Amino acid sequence: MNPVPATCIRIERLGKTFRGQSTPALQAIDLAVAEGEFVALVGASGCGKSTLLRLIAGLEAPSEGQVCLDGRPVQGPGCDRAVVFQDYSLYPWLNVLENVRFCRSLRAHTRDASESEVNSAVERAYALLELMGLDEVRTRYPNQLSGGMRQRVAIARALMAQPRVLLMDEPFGALDAQTREVMHELILRLFEIERSTIVFVTHDVEEAVYLADRVVVLAPQPGRIDSIHPVALPPPGARHPDLKLAPEFLRQKKTVLDRIRATSGVQRDLDKLSRLAELSRRDRRPDAKPATGIH
Amino acid sequence: MAADRLWSIRGTLGGVRYLAIAGVGFASFLGGWWLLAGSGLVDAVFLPEPVAVARRLLGWYADGSLFADIKISIGRVLGGFVLAVLMAVPLGIYIGSFRPVQAFFEPLMEFARYLPAVAFVPLVLLWVGIGEGAKITLIWIGTFFQMVLMVSDNIRQVPMAQIEAAQTLGANRGEVVSLVVFKSALPGIVDTLRVTLGWAWTYLVVAELVAANSGIGYAILRAQRFLQTDKIFVGILLIGLLGLLMDQGFRLVHRRAFPWLHLR
Repeated sequence: MNPVPATCIRIERLGKTFRGQSTPALQAIDLAVAEGEFVALVGASGCGKSTLLRLIAGLEAPSEGQVCLDGRPVQGPGCDRAVVFQDYSLYPWLNVLENVRFCRSLRAHTRDASESEVNSAVERAYALLELMGLDEVRTRYPNQLSGGMRQRVAIARALMAQPRVLLMDEPFGALDAQTREVMHELILRLFEIERSTIVFVTHDVEEAVYLADRVVVLAPQPGRIDSIHPVALPPPGARHPDLKLAPEFLRQKKTVLDRIRATSGVQRDLDKLSRLAELSRRDRRPDAKPATGIH
Repeated sequence: MAADRLWSIRGTLGGVRYLAIAGVGFASFLGGWWLLAGSGLVDAVFLPEPVAVARRLLGWYADGSLFADIKISIGRVLGGFVLAVLMAVPLGIYIGSFRPVQAFFEPLMEFARYLPAVAFVPLVLLWVGIGEGAKITLIWIGTFFQMVLMVSDNIRQVPMAQIEAAQTLGANRGEVVSLVVFKSALPGIVDTLRVTLGWAWTYLVVAELVAANSGIGYAILRAQRFLQTDKIFVGILLIGLLGLLMDQGFRLVHRRAFPWLHLR
């Protein structure tokens, strides 16, 4: 039997209120992410899912509570928690290889590096380029690449730093549906090979259920955890795009989607719309004959 | 011919055709001038003929002072400009990166920017005398404050995602500023320098009109005393030409130094 995996991130009573705002962006968040686990954060816009990710990254300071990584409280951004942003984070003056190797120009990575470490870093850069399908474009600049390729570079650059956790903030939000599908397969393969711990923010429920071990639904105003849904699907390595059409997958997707609708006020809007549709149907037939068939 | 593409909003135009149309622009300017001056409608004291201006240019060259005047004027422009760059770029980087530095300097610079540089002439003469220092100081006053504000703006244009990506890869504050913020803002800064260099030429003429006995501006002033309109024209056109050359130089540097911006 496998030993129980160690807790990697522990979030305790975490709260965040931005200056000048009365409603907390996040309130009383408790969550533990295990070593090697893939957790997706979903929720209606304004539920604080990106804020939660930024708090884990140390890019925002908590108003209450704390985030601990391997038992130590997070004080600020650091190379143990690399972030992949939605867009505009690549360095346009560096080519693909230089972008991926960027962290090797920082003191945090070269301070105590022995020669063999430097050599293995070079090898790792090339291995990552190959893994991400970037070896043919390594001398190109970011503005010569498609959106999907740019996000591959951003992911490779984050992995180059060998972070404890990979944090992804709607990384495929700006990509078209086909490219997104390819990126999903890439992420699953990567997750299998690198065994990384990943926290992934998305507004795409299908993406969340397909990729993650657990889906956390956040509710807005104030931002809080509504429910946590363990995903019961084949392990990442055995998932295939066709799974997205399987009844079991759709059922789990619906469970999550229902919670988001219930917490976001979308259900109210949907009810209102169906009432409107009802009214307009009645207006079109003033003699109140029931509508039958299509004209 | 795809005339519709030519005239569509922000349409396309090849390099050769662009140059050809630019040439036509200059030629029609010269032609209009030549026709107007040659028609006899305007007195030569007000508008000399292009030929007379060209002759005056040759005369200026022949008496050996043309290149000396150009050299000293370029020297003054570059002196004041380089001094302003050396001070404005580092200060602009700090103002754009750190809020307290911004709070300390930016309102002060906004205020100083509106002080009329030309009105400083008597003070500058009083403080630094009538030597080369006066001209350089005046050019510095005319360019420095604008340059600081524009550079700090260039720095603030750097996308936050680029900065935060570096922080989460382990970059410390100094590394973020030197490896990301400065590098990312550099093309914008070079453009700022290109624009402010034009202003440096403006203040050069002011400086040379007031207190100088050499340089292109001084030559214009002396020509005014003798009513040599053609020489005034030569002086003005020379400054325009030198400015255009330096501007093109900056553009060339931009293309060479930042190849990724000019790729497709």
